[in-house]
Amino acid sequence: MSNYTKRSKDELAQRVAQDIFEGAYVNLGIGQPTLVANHIPAGLEIVLHSENGILGMGPAPTPELEDYDLINAGKQPVTLLAGGAYFHHADSFAMMRGGHLDICVLGAFQVSATGDLANWSTGEPGSIPAVGGAMDLAVGAKQTWVMMDLLTKKGESKVVAQCTYPLTGLGCVKRIYSDLATLACTPQGLQLIDKVDGLSHAELERLVGLPIQA
Amino acid sequence: MINKIAASMAEALSGIQDGATVLIGGFGTAGIPNELIDGLIDQGARELTVVNNNAGNGDTGLAALLKMGRVRKIVCSFPRQADSYVFDELYRSGKLELELVPQGNLAERLRAAGAGVGAFFTPTGYGTALAKHNDGSPKETREIGGKHYVLEYPIYGDVALIKAEAGDRWGNLIYRKAARNFGPVMATAAKRTVATVHEIAELGSLDPETIVTPGIHVSHIVKIARSATQAGGFKSA
Repeated sequence: MSNYTKRSKDELAQRVAQDIFEGAYVNLGIGQPTLVANHIPAGLEIVLHSENGILGMGPAPTPELEDYDLINAGKQPVTLLAGGAYFHHADSFAMMRGGHLDICVLGAFQVSATGDLANWSTGEPGSIPAVGGAMDLAVGAKQTWVMMDLLTKKGESKVVAQCTYPLTGLGCVKRIYSDLATLACTPQGLQLIDKVDGLSHAELERLVGLPIQA
Repeated sequence: MINKIAASMAEALSGIQDGATVLIGGFGTAGIPNELIDGLIDQGARELTVVNNNAGNGDTGLAALLKMGRVRKIVCSFPRQADSYVFDELYRSGKLELELVPQGNLAERLRAAGAGVGAFFTPTGYGTALAKHNDGSPKETREIGGKHYVLEYPIYGDVALIKAEAGDRWGNLIYRKAARNFGPVMATAAKRTVATVHEIAELGSLDPETIVTPGIHVSHIVKIARSATQAGGFKSA
């Protein structure tokens, strides 16, 4: 057993932010990915896209100044940076589908070694399905990155040979940023980008249950 | 003289038939034309198909229309929200049909309807459960240039109900911030579009360079009092 510490949620967000480049057009999905915005290095100018028709989305407003005509995909109030723009929904999704966004960061239930994504439904009987923009985001950006814990609460790997949850998109995930390692998904399977200190390659492969090219 | 400014809400909404497809703008609570939905409740049409991104918040607006049993089917991308309990109950008890559509496909199907496009191939949803019709039969797919696509058809509205910021008597509209969302594309997709505005502008006073929806897509304008959009749709921490 190796001796290692998992990345905290903020450390993980910081790790993702490290790979975002100057001038990138980025969509951050609902939930954990929104944390990435807090870790964009100072001085780096990036443009955040929100599916409901915003480019140049800024941080949450100061309390009392919330304007619910200016919300993010999670329906929470945001602000608009100087240079920002509004546009309608068909244009917003054309921006995604047309491959104009550089990076999209999403949460996931499961990702396959070749980049299939399952993040919209657990397929639980009786649950109310809701997809929103998940499928459009998954296939639209130049690079789709997933940000998640590597293991479920039960200790099962969320990186799998084949997704068992309903699919969001096929072969669309390029990278997985997790609390234990950063992995690339390729048609040939997983490749290691980095891992936390003290975690051996063999232990990582054991946790994931799949071969990982060093 | 062209005058699309309606004398009353009732006049703007008169004649909506039972069984009509009603496109309703809004994302979360931004851009939801609540006054028009209340007008539709008063107008009385039943057996409606409603197209909206969500499926109602709390007990008012779209949720109230659903609660009164006036809607047969809802076409939307994200029905489940923290405060969508009216929809949840109707759906679970089988009283409301749901067609779940990825959000971008929803927007593009509306755009196609307004643009006279017969159908289109989209990569979104390929290989997923939503590349099937509600009856489980697969949608048509095609490989084009090595990429896989699903064939999606337009969504035509009998009427569109949208919320704008200001408009003039020709029906030209501008919107406010992200409350624009589905408004402009729904306006093009319906036989008849009714928009609420907070301000009636003198003809010629809206900057022609910044008009978002040209009046050709608008049938009636109804002026409403300005009130701040309320929060809704998200889980509070």
